[in-house]
Order: sequence, then C-alpha cells, then structure tokens
Amino acid sequence: MDVNNPYSENQQGPFRVIGTRPVRPDDTLKVTGQAIYGVDVQLPDMLYGAVLRSPHAHARILSIDTRQALALEGVRAVITAADLPDMSEKIAEMGDSQRYQNDNILARDKVLYYGHAVAAVSAASAHIATEALGLIQVVYEVLPPVLEVQQAMAEGAPVLHAGLRTDEEGMKGESPTNIASHMQTLHGDPAKGFAQAAVIVEREFHTSAVHQGYLEPQNATALYAANGQITIWCSTQGSFSARDSVAEILQIPAARIRVIPQEVGGGFGGKNRVYLEPLAALLSQKSGHKPVKMVMHHHEVLAATGPAAASWIRVKMGAGRDGRITAATASIAFAAGAFPGSTVGVAMGTILGHYRIENLQIDGYDVVTNTPWSSSYRALGATNAAFASESVVDELCEKLGMDPIEFRLINGVREGDPRSNGRPYARIGFLETLEAARAHPHYTSPLTGSHQGRGVAAGYWGNAGGRSTASASINSDGSVSLVTGSIDLSGTRMTLAMQLAETLGITVEDVKATVADTDSIGFADGSWGSRTTFSTGWAVYELGQNLIRLLSQRAAEHWQVPAAQVSFTGGIFTVGDQKLGFKELAARLNEHIPVMASAAVNPDGVGPAFAVHLVDVEVDPETGGVKILRYTAVQDAGKAVHPAYVEGQMQGGTTQGIGWALNEEYIYDEAGRMLNASYLDYRIPTCSDLPAIDTVIVEVPNPGHPYGVRGVGEMSIVPPPAALANAIHAATGLRLPRLPMSPARILEAYEAEEINEI
Amino acid sequence: MQAFDYVSADSVEQVVSLLSLHGEHARILNGGTDLIVQLRGGARRAAMLVDIKPIPEVNQLTYDPALGLSIGAAVPCWSLCSHPAVIKHYPGLVDAASLIGGVQIQSRATVGGNLCNASPAADSIPALIVHRAVCVIAGPRGRRELAVENFCLSPGLTALQPGEFLVALRLPHPQAGFGAGYLRFTPRSEMDIAVAGAGAAVVLQAGGIAFESARIALGAVAPTPLFVPEAGEALRGQPVSAEVLLRAAQIAQQASHPITDMRGTSAQRKRLCLVLVRRALERAVERAKGK
Amino acid sequence: MPSKVQVHAQINGNPVEFACEPRQSLLEVLRDELGLTGTKVACESGNCGACTVILDGLPVNSCLVLAVEIEGKAVTTIEGIAPADGLHILQQKFLEHTALQCGICTPGFIVSAKALLDRYPDPSEQQVRYWLAGNLCRCTGYDKIVRAVLDAAACLRSPG
Repeated sequence: MDVNNPYSENQQGPFRVIGTRPVRPDDTLKVTGQAIYGVDVQLPDMLYGAVLRSPHAHARILSIDTRQALALEGVRAVITAADLPDMSEKIAEMGDSQRYQNDNILARDKVLYYGHAVAAVSAASAHIATEALGLIQVVYEVLPPVLEVQQAMAEGAPVLHAGLRTDEEGMKGESPTNIASHMQTLHGDPAKGFAQAAVIVEREFHTSAVHQGYLEPQNATALYAANGQITIWCSTQGSFSARDSVAEILQIPAARIRVIPQEVGGGFGGKNRVYLEPLAALLSQKSGHKPVKMVMHHHEVLAATGPAAASWIRVKMGAGRDGRITAATASIAFAAGAFPGSTVGVAMGTILGHYRIENLQIDGYDVVTNTPWSSSYRALGATNAAFASESVVDELCEKLGMDPIEFRLINGVREGDPRSNGRPYARIGFLETLEAARAHPHYTSPLTGSHQGRGVAAGYWGNAGGRSTASASINSDGSVSLVTGSIDLSGTRMTLAMQLAETLGITVEDVKATVADTDSIGFADGSWGSRTTFSTGWAVYELGQNLIRLLSQRAAEHWQVPAAQVSFTGGIFTVGDQKLGFKELAARLNEHIPVMASAAVNPDGVGPAFAVHLVDVEVDPETGGVKILRYTAVQDAGKAVHPAYVEGQMQGGTTQGIGWALNEEYIYDEAGRMLNASYLDYRIPTCSDLPAIDTVIVEVPNPGHPYGVRGVGEMSIVPPPAALANAIHAATGLRLPRLPMSPARILEAYEAEEINEI
Repeated sequence: MQAFDYVSADSVEQVVSLLSLHGEHARILNGGTDLIVQLRGGARRAAMLVDIKPIPEVNQLTYDPALGLSIGAAVPCWSLCSHPAVIKHYPGLVDAASLIGGVQIQSRATVGGNLCNASPAADSIPALIVHRAVCVIAGPRGRRELAVENFCLSPGLTALQPGEFLVALRLPHPQAGFGAGYLRFTPRSEMDIAVAGAGAAVVLQAGGIAFESARIALGAVAPTPLFVPEAGEALRGQPVSAEVLLRAAQIAQQASHPITDMRGTSAQRKRLCLVLVRRALERAVERAKGK
Repeated sequence: MPSKVQVHAQINGNPVEFACEPRQSLLEVLRDELGLTGTKVACESGNCGACTVILDGLPVNSCLVLAVEIEGKAVTTIEGIAPADGLHILQQKFLEHTALQCGICTPGFIVSAKALLDRYPDPSEQQVRYWLAGNLCRCTGYDKIVRAVLDAAACLRSPG
C-alpha cells in the first residue's frame, strides 16, 4: 500500500462500473421534454410575479408610489424593501454579506446598478404583472455612476457605500472608498528574485464582466401557506443554502421553509444565490397565500444577476536562462459590482498556483462598482487570472526561446511542493497533464496556412470539498434507492449511483438515485466548486460501507452465524457456508425489518486539478475575425467515473472560455445602462463557431478519495482565453491584453502596430 | 406585451382599409420575427395587428425570363432561397436572404419584412438595391412603385404613407454578363446583426475583361442602407483588375458614415467597407464570368 | 380583461381548440394553457432556439409566433417526436452520446435536428453545425450533439 495514498489499492481497480458509460435514466425524460425544470412548475390557483428594476446605475430612491399598480385589475400585491423585515437592529450581528444580500433582493435607500430590483408585484397573469410594473412610480435622485474598476479605485471617484472602508488584512481604513478590501500573499523576496532574472516580462490586462449564460432564467414558485409553512420550487444549485438565505432575508426559522429543487437548466455558479425566492414567498403571503410563480426575462438575467467580475490585472515574472521562474508579482483588482465580495481571493490563489515560485507577492483588491453584484462563474476568477499569467508565461518562453510545455515542466508544481496554505501537495497530476499534451499529435501537427498560429496555456483549479449526506433504502428486489441533497446539474445522479454500485458490487441499473428536498435529506452544501462527484461521492462511499456493515450484522443475526463468519467481497456476501449476492441478501433481510443506511461527510483530501489546452486559430487580418481550427483540452480528472461526462464538462467549460475570450462582454452606455442584455448581442458561441473539441483525460488518482476522483467541472474554463491569446499572437504577432479579443480590438491592434512600424 | 386586436386579412383592399382607418395604431404582421420582439420589448406599440400572410397575392414567388422575379411581401426567406430560379439567377440575393437569422428565423422572416423593418444593418436591402429591385406598394390611392434605395428614410422609418403597405418586390431579369454578391461581417459565424455589409452587382462587357456597369450598396454604415452610385460609376468601362476594384471600394468607403455602437466601432466599420466591397465585387465578377 | 380568440389547430397529430389573447405567443399557450412544457422558454427573442417547434413542416421559434397565427395549422412539439412506443432515433442517439447535460436546450435541438434530417438525410458536419446554429447550448460545447445528430442520420439512412 502506498503510504501517501491509503486508497491506492482501491484505486487500481479493476472497476466494474466506474469508468464505464451507462446511459442516465433521468435523461430519458429530458429528451422527451417531460423533465420538470423550475420554469415548468405549475400549481393550482397560481399567480404570477414580476420585478420592477432600476433604470439608473446609481441613484437614491426618494419615493415609491405603488397605489396605481395596486389598483390595476388583476394585481394582488406589490412589495418593496419596506415590506422586508427591518434589520437595522441586527446589522451588527448580521455581517456585511447578509446585509448586502438583503439590499440586493430589493434596494432600500439606493439603487446601485441598472436592473437593481426595486419592487415586485403579483397578478393573475404574467402580462398583467408586467403592465403593473409600468404603473409603479419611483422618484430617483440620479447620482454619477462609476463603472470600471480602475475608475472606482481612483481618488475622487463617486462612492457607492458611505460607510465602506478598506479592510487591509483586518485593519479598517479611515476614508470613504470603493476598495472594500486589500489582501496580500508574500513569500520570499521578489525584488531579489527579479534581480536574479535573465528575462523579465511585465504586462497589464483587463477583462470584462461575463455572464454564466445559462439558458433557463432564474425562477421561483413559492407558496406561503396560511399556517406559516413556506414551500419553494426553484431552479437552484443549493437547496439548503437557498432555504437558509430565504430564512435570513425574511427572518423566519429555516425549519418553516422547504425548498424542493427542480431540474436546473444551467447554473455554472450563477444560481448559487437567491434572487426571486424570497420575493415569491413574500408575495405569496400577501396574495391570500396563493402560490406565486416568478420567472426572469432573459434581459433581467443578463442585466441584473451576478456575472463573473471584470478585472484589472498586472503580472510581472522573471526567469533565469535555465527557464526557472525566479520571482513573480501580481496585482489583481476585481470589480465586485454593487456590493463587496468578489472572488478576487480565489484569483489570488490560482494565478500562479501551478508554478513553484519562491519569491512571490500577490495583491488582491475587492472593488465596488455600479454594476450587478458579481457572483460565481465556473472557477471563480481563475480564468481572469490565467489569462494574465499564462500570457506572460508565453512571452517569457518566447524571450527564452524555450518550448512552452518544457518551461511548464520545469516550473510546474508536483507532489511535496508547498501549497499557499503551507501544507505540501499530495499526489497531483500537472506534470502528467503536460506530458500528455506534448505527446498529443495536435502539438506537433503542422500549420499550413497564413495567419495561423498555435497557442498553449495551462491552468490550475483547487476544487472544493464541503458537507454532503446520502441515504439509502433497499427495495423489494434488493435494488437500492439512493437519496442525496446534491442538486444534479449535469449527471451527478449517475456518477453517485455508479460509485455506490461499485462499492456494493452491483450494477448501476440497480441503483436509483434521486435528489431530495430540504426536509427529506440531511444538509448538503450546494453543487458548486466541482465538489459533488468528489464530496457527495465520499458520502455515497461511506454509505455503501455502512450498508455493507449493517447487512453483515443483520445477516449474522438472521442466519445465526457468528459475525466473524460473515464477509463481503466483490459484491458477494459469504454467510457461514452460504454465498449470496448483494441484491438477494438485501431483499431477504429487507422483508423482516426494512434496510436503511445513511452517511454524512465533510471530507478533507480534495484533489486539485490541472489542465493544458492547445488551440490553433486562423486570423483574418482584414476583418479581425478569428476562426478556431482545432482545439484539444487535456485535464487530470483523478479518476473519470463516467468518462463521457468528464469529456462533456471539458468541452462545455472550454466553450464558455472561448466565448469569454472572443466575444462576451458587458456593454454599458455612459449612464451605466447595459446595452447588450440579450442573447443577440451578448454573444455566446454557437454550434457553427466551433470545431470538434478533442479531450484527453489524464488520470492521476487523488489519494484523498476512495476511487481517486478529482473535481472536473470547473477546470476547463480556466485556460481558453490565455490559449487563444497565445494562438492569436502566434498567428499575428499581436499581444491582446484585453478581453474579449473581439474583431474590433484585433483590428485596432493591427493598426497600432502599423503605426508603430512606420 | 400590451394587448392588441388581431385581424387575419384576406385581401389587399382589406389591409389598406384597416391601415387607413387605424393609422399608426395598426401594424402589419408578416413573419413577425422583428415585430414580436419589438412589441415584447416595448420598442413598438400597436393596438391592432393585421396579418397579411393569408393573402394569396403577397405569397406569390414567380420568375419569368422576360419579366424577372416577383417576390410577394410574405414569401419567407427559406422559400426564396430554395427556389431553383432564384438560386440560378439571383444568387446574390440568396447570399443576403439566407443570412437572416438561423433556420427557425428563415422559416418565418421575409425579405419584404426585412425591408419594411428598415434597420440600417438589414442584410437583404443592399442586395435588393444592387439588383435594381422595385417596391410594389398598395395604398388608398391605388398602387405605386418605388426604387428600393429610396424606401428607407431613417432607422425604422420607411417611405410608406398612411394606409400603404408593401405588396411585393420586383427584380428585373439579370442581363447577359450580370453577377452579384452580398457579404457581411459578423463576430460569430451566424445569428448576428451585420457589423457592416456590402452588396455588389456588375455587368461585364462581352469577353468579361471590362465593366459595362456596376452597382454597390452598403449596410450598417449609415442611418439607412446606402446606395453609392458613384462607386459603381467608377467601374464603368474600366478593366477588371484588383486596382480598379480597390478604387471602387475606396469610393464606397468614403461615402460611408458609420457610428460606433455596441456592435462595432466606426473605425472598424470604415475598414470593413473597404474589405467587404472589394470581396463582394470579386464574388460578383466571378459569377458574371461564370455565365 | 382583453378579449380572447378561439383557435383550432392540430398539435402532435391531435385536434386542439383553445382560447387565447392575441398577444400570447404560441410558446406561452403551449406551456401555460395546454400543459405542454417540453418546449422551453429561455430568451424569448428568437436567439436561442429553446422554443423550437415544427409549424407546417418548418422549424420555427414558437416565441415569435402568436398563438392566433396557428389557426388551421399543424404543430409538432417535442412531445410529438417519439413514436407511440419507444424513442425517436435522435432521442436515442442523444442519450447514447451523452449529448446533454442540463438538458434545457435538448428539446429544441431534437426538434431542429429532426427538421434537418427530414429534409437532408445525409448532412455533412458543416451542414449540421450551420443548421443548428440557431440553437444555443451552454453546457456541452456542441461536440456530442453534433456527433449524435450525425449518428442518427447514418442510422436513418441504413436502418438495417
């Protein structure tokens, strides 16, 4: 047994279920259109709600008059922030993030972004609800907005929150500011390290906010029953966190709230937070306790829900002639949007987390701007960070005349290297991933046309653990019903069923996995951080062990055999002289006393992921158009439970990264109104924009998981913008420091270069 | 969406009468792919929608070697672009009409509607202009005709008078030596509004080495689609060569006055004019020679 | 309250009669009045294809068709794609190829793809990609969707 990996035997296999590609049962309902998503929920005697949103990016609310709206035939209720519980006494205990969440749900004194919710109505039809919004009269005192992070940090910028002071590593600053916090990581002596460098590259980058772009809009249907019990059907990534958020906002005990999660039409981090749930519940209470359904229109989704933060990043890196990085510094400022709390800390941890750097300083700034409150989007800012650092690495390689993969092999982290928290890396697969990329035919295939180029970029993502529970009961035929509270965004019911089937030695067809509501299963953290197959997988594994233990014990009692004579291997129970398959034994024992087991975990042992992406592009110098000719994504999954799902995650994240790189951005006018809040002008990649996306799954098992699983969902969105920037450079000689690298920007870069050459 | 009445019209006369009666409170419903979006978003308002699709005349798509092509206002793009005679004789029009949205839009959207929506970036209009298309308009005083290049007055505003609506578009039969093409630039490969567009039609002299005449029109670089007669005139009698094409493209570029908006910058659009006109001319010449 | 219009049409081969306001889209009526929620609402502006249905043989965005416009016409929704017993080959291939993750775009893709294969039984990958460009997917990157459609086309061409 590998002392560093207690599960090494487990992980060797051979596996019967893990690593296969069974078809997911609930998918049948999705291809027939019968699966029920949050938007599809219909209840008897249902009303419809709609939200009035601010037309201003920054303004004081002077008054809100709802009388005309209330008088419209068919309208049942109208609410504003005044209808939310008064939290002023609790502000001290509440903590800032709770206050921000309340203010984001319905603006209290100020609106802080175009689209900020100001009031909500319930009515007999969605059309009437929309008409009612037009009758609500709000008087605003418009204030100058600040839209960009650099502007917001500058002296004299309009201040969003009068009481905000910069938190400098726990110490509060003195003057009003938009810089909510400044954090710093420092190791070694960067100045000394740079002095030792043979080459140094220092560059500045800007990225736009980008939206997760899920197709199913935010939605919630709530019934606030006359007995005070609230039921919410919604599209969320975390039913428990949604429940707890509603409890906090409405100041109602969580025990009175039940969240029944529906199928989710895409989340990617954007559905971690509540927007409509508390409004729908409150409206239901005020509409004679009728259920109220609220669905955002797509322009509300784009304009008013939380995107990935815009950012301003400076990176400086130095390396010796031998290719070793001698020092690096980075300064990262994230536009948190209307309230503090961007993911800049995550970006700080990932920007150079995949390299061994002794002399390192990273500064992170969380800055508020008059734009929607930023939220999580798949890898939480690691993409912004990698765009900057991997572009600089590319330039360093060019200056050194060194192969980009060779450079990363020299500097890449490996087992035993210290992490930013001081502890050493367990077994990780960055080097293996690099080797796999280098060995791939794509890496050495010739590019034959003009204005074509190849780019390479790597990325690192830590993944998350978190709390998960699982419970199981045996059915009359010995098959297992598996229940967890982990929302299934893309197939985790199957990957969990597969892990249980593997553990129990049964087929995956004999495990039926469902996701239960918050009253019916123990607490689970949301489906984020690429945690479900890992962490809830752990719960399922432990559940399997508990079930085996329970069945062994019951078998001993039932057949009157000493416990030592009962064993279980390869799906078969040996009970004295008998051999019984799992299903047969379980079915029999279930008849006398039903068989049930459960498990609850919060596992350590999260396995970081690494990825290397290769992309070939062709640039049209006359139009600035970029065509992607070929794309290969290589990623360490630890152990791919269902390889087709892992491929799908890699292809999907890559495609989002491509959109982030080439086309997606938030466009505002000077008054701070979002101009492109539609899928026409917020341009996500279409089918015809892309070639096939080849995937290579590397498997360096994670010693922290019984089957070696590492989270896979988020990693793939990290490298694409850098890979494309490097490819565009190879094709044109141009370095694009600003995302998106749109055709207009490429033309401008060409023109700037023409001018420089004259 | 505000509430409105819906009338399914069965004759041109009925439509004219309803439009005359209700003025700007009534709007024509054709393919609906622009109008319904506008009504939903509040950009346009209507108390009545008059659906012209049931009227036989506006659905006719006929080609006659002597008379040319007649496209009823309600003929959807998919139908136009799959008609053998249109593909054979008017590929430059197919270039444009087939770019309007994806297949779902193509099933409903019409060239007539694309014209009447009068977006400066409309794909069909530069192609119609270079094909010398004529609008056939019905109104309270009977029918009249108007050259397509005079139809759009400003973004969203057409030369239709109260009570009038577009019934059909007529394109002359292409003469010997004719070729046309339309190209546009969009950030994605499909589903985008043109950042800039260019239509070009040429007639080559016998032998195919010199221009008899040419017409050039631009999209998305002015408040309306822009017919640039002087650019086409510059080709008259000139030899077919890269320099000559470039010169015409430069004249067209000079005539353009694009803005910077969320879809593109003014500088980008100016640059694209040059590129797209040149490429559209190249395609038109290729087609003219292919005959 | 605005007055309603009586509409008679055929949906998935069944005669249907409903009352609706002229401003209600076909999408709304399918989902909210007729309980056919398989056709999804996403962008409601003709840009994403999640609401694709087949109207008189052609794929259309049902968000851009008024329900009153289908008087006397035939509509096929995702609910009408599968045969009486089992799944349509496209649905089968989507499952086999894992061509869906969250699945919200899947009904739209299947309806669009069916319209494609009904007209072009042997499409190239390029043709498939261009035909399906009116259907957005945010989860899959389209790769497995395209493979599933090409595989379904191949199976339909040689059923043996």
